[in-house]
Amino acid sequence: MQFTINGETHDVEPDIRASLLDVLREHVGLTGTKKGCDHGQCGACTVLVNGRRINSCLTLAVMHQDDDILTIEGLGSADNLHPMQAAFVKHDGYQCGYCTPGQICSAVGMLDEVKKGWPSHVSDKLDSVSLSNDEISERMSGNLCRCSAYPNIVDAISEVSGLTPAQKEAADA
Amino acid sequence: MSTTNALKMDKPVPDSLLDTSTQGIIGKPLDRKEGPLKVSGAATYAAEYQIENLAYGVLVGAPFGKGKITGIDSDVAKALPGVIDVVTDFDKFLTTPAQGLAPKAPQGVENVQYFGEIVAIVLAESFEAARDAAQQVVINHEAADDGRYDFEALKGEAEKPAKGDIPSHFSQGDLDKAMTDAPVTLDVTFTTPSQNSAAMEPHASIATWDDSGMLTLHGSYQMPGNDVEQLAAALGVSKSKVRIVARYVGGGFGSKLGIAPESVAAALAAKALGRPVKAVMARQQVFDATVRRSNTEQRIRLAATADGKLTAMGHETLTSNLPDDDYFEPTGQATHFMYAAENREINHDIVRLDWLLSGSMRAPGEAVGMLALEGAMDELAEKLGIDPIEFRKINEPEMDPEKGVPHSSRELVRCMDVGATSFGWDKRNATPGTRREGEWLVGIGMAAAARANMLQPSEARVTLSATGRATVETDMTDIGTGTYTILGQIAGEVLGLPLEHVDVELGDTNFPTAAGSGGSFGAGSSGTSVYLAAEAIREKIAKAMGVDVDALTLKDGHAVADNRRVPLGELAGEGIVAIGSIKPGKQEKEKTQSSYGAHFAEVGVNAVTGEVRVRRMLGVFAAGRILNAKTARSQCLGGMTFGIGTALTEDLIHDPRNGKLVNRDLAEYHLPVNADVPQLEVEFLEERDIHANPMHAKGIGELGISGAGAAIANAVYNATGIRVRDYPLTLDKILEGLPEL
Repeated sequence: MQFTINGETHDVEPDIRASLLDVLREHVGLTGTKKGCDHGQCGACTVLVNGRRINSCLTLAVMHQDDDILTIEGLGSADNLHPMQAAFVKHDGYQCGYCTPGQICSAVGMLDEVKKGWPSHVSDKLDSVSLSNDEISERMSGNLCRCSAYPNIVDAISEVSGLTPAQKEAADA
Repeated sequence: MSTTNALKMDKPVPDSLLDTSTQGIIGKPLDRKEGPLKVSGAATYAAEYQIENLAYGVLVGAPFGKGKITGIDSDVAKALPGVIDVVTDFDKFLTTPAQGLAPKAPQGVENVQYFGEIVAIVLAESFEAARDAAQQVVINHEAADDGRYDFEALKGEAEKPAKGDIPSHFSQGDLDKAMTDAPVTLDVTFTTPSQNSAAMEPHASIATWDDSGMLTLHGSYQMPGNDVEQLAAALGVSKSKVRIVARYVGGGFGSKLGIAPESVAAALAAKALGRPVKAVMARQQVFDATVRRSNTEQRIRLAATADGKLTAMGHETLTSNLPDDDYFEPTGQATHFMYAAENREINHDIVRLDWLLSGSMRAPGEAVGMLALEGAMDELAEKLGIDPIEFRKINEPEMDPEKGVPHSSRELVRCMDVGATSFGWDKRNATPGTRREGEWLVGIGMAAAARANMLQPSEARVTLSATGRATVETDMTDIGTGTYTILGQIAGEVLGLPLEHVDVELGDTNFPTAAGSGGSFGAGSSGTSVYLAAEAIREKIAKAMGVDVDALTLKDGHAVADNRRVPLGELAGEGIVAIGSIKPGKQEKEKTQSSYGAHFAEVGVNAVTGEVRVRRMLGVFAAGRILNAKTARSQCLGGMTFGIGTALTEDLIHDPRNGKLVNRDLAEYHLPVNADVPQLEVEFLEERDIHANPMHAKGIGELGISGAGAAIANAVYNATGIRVRDYPLTLDKILEGLPEL
């Protein structure tokens, strides 16, 4: 079967029991995506599939024929960081770093959801969503961080979201 | 040739090079050195090394409590495609992980001691095959009929353990008499449940033997220098034949101090197969078979005069552990020096249970001991009609109340005062249950924080090369603590180099042996070793310049003295190498050393559901020199959040019939999530501790958790008038005390 990872086409023959996470880590050699629980409980394995954030431990690799998969390595590299990655460094949005790739992929996916107007549990209105610290915290609560960099993660995401005019507009509305 | 600059901390070191140097990077909130690697997924954790011909190991746990294995039936498992073997060793597999700093780990698994104990490892060509086969391994056994699984039922049989981090029992004066004589007393009992460190990276090891019989273990460990001894002892090989590599560790919080079962299983399997083996614990196995913080039952007795002077303090604790392990949660550690009172009794006893091992978790002792002590202080303050901060000030001890020695530095009062002003303590209504906003009852509370400061032997090598760059090498770990960065800052500050010109190599036992990460002693101990090595290099630079070292200024890669400015590389010749070596000395006996702080919390308690939400929280801390204001703040944020979990959600439940953990994953054991944590605030006070080490820095990694949960519980009381002494403060415990709707 075939799928695209970080813009590159990969031909793989995964074990039908293999999760997307294990294929990324053990077969493709992309270990930036982390395994924290293997049960969809911690979010460390978050990647973007066709632009949407998912727990890669909860999906079998064989379900992803022709899918477009973006992992932390595809978002940016150490010497060419994505704005979200740079903001995590600046705001110390991590400590041990193990949940971090998942947090960052999740944050990127989350901002896109807000942009599309998807409400969350804490949204005041269902038809007009604006970003706030409460919204960020709520929407990022599927990504555990035991070092507990949460306040810094919120600051990092808040800064990046502020860079997008559409986000600012939504927040002011 | 390298020189060694060794220091035993027998005397205070009043002058620090970190104050006289001019590079200006120490203490600055610099970004983590390894940050770009971590945020781009390029930092390599234990299970991520790409090693050829790797076999995948999946561990098998005993599906019963105490008992004896009568046979392991692995025929079905071995017959599955891709499966290589099923390996066990009844003598050598670890019974439990090693305690931190212990010389060795308990071994032997034929007689299973607790539910989930790791007894075999299934090896396969793929993880999927190994995982599948592990489900097919049958552990035949006879369950013991004398299993001890019920804390409540057995707590009457507690026994006195051997001395641990502190004496198990301590007595001064006459507590009972003081309690009888005093006009105001308090006698209350707090309970805290078992807890799990729940580091995000599960315990993992890749074991590789080479042809010469040398084992390299890529492992997720906090103290490689000590772990390598434990691993060698467990395998029956010389320490020189074992190397541990732990460059990145995905959190530890005590759970990775000592070697865990997967390390020995991987090493034995790799030996048997003649190829490298990777073993990663499943999250459920991390819960079942690593280490927990013990549950505790803590009776606090306080006696005071009418004007609030404490005359007696009692802190008696029951903890639990396996029959052969004397580790006890040292809940009274801070009680020994927190407050003045003449009559004192601080005792710890162990209830022997066939539950998984209890051992160190972030701030062993203070983390749960201060929940009880600081809760009781709040209660007695109210009984006395004295403000809780004022009550603590009245009982501020001039000297250590037991040892009679001075404090090295103690800024508790200032922490409380600064915090009170910043947080708006004066707006607190001392009468509980009086502030309501919609369906929320709102209250604020405070608690003091303290964490004993320790120093451990530690060594580091620093090399100044002919290119003018410095390299730090030590087997110290950075488990999220900021170690890569602060060690670079220390070396850069002393040698006059920007941080970018210092390379820091950690987590490899090929390097000089460091203290490791634990007990908040990592920065002080390993930092001092780097400081000492850099100091020695500084002297050699002075010699090369032909000037007195005191006349030398090092800045931006240049040595300046005697109207000359010379690039450091030119003075380094073929490179200057120095080893720094620090050992604890008389200062830890002559002075009582601790970091201090004050926590303030504002909570909302839902008047309908009893749900508690932390609205605001501030921690003010004094921990000597802050080496990096950014990473130190993050350590405190992390500690305070552990405090939120301790206060409100974390509760590891043991089945009283067999000891099995009921909630053994991250869906059922509730860590605080982002939405549970408001934008916490942290303030540091300027402080220097000349008795701690030449950097004048004290430990900070565990200070943030100490007392944090008590501030929240005290705030819940202020909000509702409900005093819950049974942690965590889940809504079921609050609901019945709430006023009628």
